[in-house]
This record gives sequence, structure tokens and C-alpha cells, in this order.
Amino acid sequence: MAFTDEQLERYSRHIILKEIGVKGQKKLLAGKVLIIGAGGLGAPAAMYLAAAGVGTIGIADADKVDLSNLQRQVIHTTNDIGKRKVESAAETMRAINPDITVNTYYDFVNSSNIMDLIADYDFILDGTDNFPAKFLINDACVMAGKPFSHAGIIRFKGQLTTVIPGEGPCYRCIFKNPPPKDAVPTCKQAGVIGAMGGVIGSLQAMEAVKYLTGVGELLSGYLLTYDALKMEFHKVKLPPRGDGCAVCSDHPTITELIDYEQAACDMKQ
Amino acid sequence: MKITVAGETKEFDDGISVSKLIELENVETPQYVTVSVNEEFVDSGAFGSTALKDGDNVEFLYFMGGGR
Ligand SMILES: [Zn+2]
Repeated sequence: MAFTDEQLERYSRHIILKEIGVKGQKKLLAGKVLIIGAGGLGAPAAMYLAAAGVGTIGIADADKVDLSNLQRQVIHTTNDIGKRKVESAAETMRAINPDITVNTYYDFVNSSNIMDLIADYDFILDGTDNFPAKFLINDACVMAGKPFSHAGIIRFKGQLTTVIPGEGPCYRCIFKNPPPKDAVPTCKQAGVIGAMGGVIGSLQAMEAVKYLTGVGELLSGYLLTYDALKMEFHKVKLPPRGDGCAVCSDHPTITELIDYEQAACDMKQ
Repeated sequence: MKITVAGETKEFDDGISVSKLIELENVETPQYVTVSVNEEFVDSGAFGSTALKDGDNVEFLYFMGGGR
């Protein structure tokens, strides 16, 4: 496939990078990334991946745009209030880059649909806002052997890691089980600074781009934390994937997906 | 003794346990924190019985559930 003049121009700042070049840009255009959650993390990630020319981007979310989302979910505008988030996000992505295909999934992920959802994609981004979804995405990606970026944000803090199943540690290697309902605050209860989604979601997009192009070192085996008040990034080296993990060890005890109970405060949708 | 906590090296009393360090460091939601010492996870049931040594590198890993 040869680039059109328009593509050469659109992606010129990528193509000029010796690490990316024409080859890397072709990989991006052939790449398929699924973003679960079109919110604080998913919004900036989706916009950067669309702009980067990731050829197929899936976006899953069962919510509609609410006024309280707009403080951080920069892919939606005031005119989008009431619209399905996946449609609003898709419109923005297509407006940024008509060169790409956007697939929308107006649905909650659960144990019965997630395997089908992730099957067609090369890399998954977790942009969800609750522990049941985060554990479900981890377990499904581990079982399906799909690399993914996990992230979480709250107040002035954020963190992320990249999981390469079979190679590095997974989310459940760090946290064995979801915390009980309401034991750990969510963004809705505790608040989150709007730009945090921009910082961490953009880092997730960066990992997706690196994975698709094979450039650099992925954040596998590390948890990167960011504290905006101290303006500090800290990279925590994780123990290697070992025998202890219930889902990613060579002898897992979790072999079926689990639908954990959703924290009550997250159920308003 | 000196212990490095989240990348910062500080002075502590000799032989304190992981539980004591959690208390001294004012760890939020201490019952749900994951702790690694020298890049190995410590089982939460062993926080009280795990004594720290001079030069240990301790990390606290926290649940962060937000994203949308
Ligand atoms: Zn694991």
C-alpha cells in the first residue's frame, strides 16, 4: 500500500522520525486498538490514536455525555450532552482523521461480551472507572493473550502499567482481588483534576503507539505513578510474573471470567 | 537504619515491621495497600511479622479505580 500525498502530508511529523518512518506509519494504519471507556482516560487516548492514524479504533462505553463529564472528557463538547459517548467520540475522531475506521460499542463490558469484543484488536486500553471492569479487562486480556494498558486516576494522582500476557506481570499480580464496595474511593466520590486524564490517557496512547510500531521499551514490569501536587513521576519496578498469580501464572486458579459486583456509586448509568 | 520508601531514602528505627512503616508513612487505606520490599511482594498477612533491614527498598502500590 502506497501513501497518498495527503497521507504523506498528514503523517509527515511521524514519517520524519527515524524510529517511525514510512514503515512505522504503515504499522499504525494497519493497527487495531480498542478503548474501553470513552471518558477521562479514553478521551485523550482516542484523540491521539485517531490523529496518529491508527487504522482501526474501537470504542466501548454504555454511557451518555453528561455536563459533569466535560471538565475532563475533552473528546465531547457541550453540544454533545445527552448523546451516546461512543457516537460523540467517534464523531470527534472521524473529524480529526477521516483516514481511519472507528467501531463503536454502546455496551457495558461484562464476562459474556468481552472476549468477542477484544478478539479483533491488537492492543486494548483500559479507560474504565471501576474495579470490576478493571479486573475483568485484566483477566480477559490475560486469557486471550492480548496486551493492554491499565490505568487509574483519582484526585491529583494517576498510574499506569502495560501488561504483556505470558511475559510480564498483570494487574492481578499486584492486586489480588478488587477492594470491597466503597472501601477505596472512586473519582465520582473523591474528584479528579481534569488534566490528569490528559496526562495518563496520553501515556496509554503512547504505549499503544509503541506497541504497534515496536519502538522503544514498553511499561511492562513497571507501574508508573504520577503525583501532580508534587509534580513527580515514580516508576515502581514490579516483581516478575510468578507462580503466585491466580490468573496469569502457569497454573491459574481463575480460568473463567468473573463479574464482580459494581460499587453502588458507579451504577447511576 | 535507612530505608528507601517510594524512591526517597529516610531514617527509621532498627528492625521496624512493614506494619509499623505503613503507620509511620500514613498510608491511605492501609488494609488495601500492596507492599513490595526489594522488588518482592509481601503477603498482607505478613506485614506485622516482616522486619525491615537497613538498605531495604519499599514501595507502596495503591488501588486507583477512576478513569472516566
Ligand atoms: Zn498476574
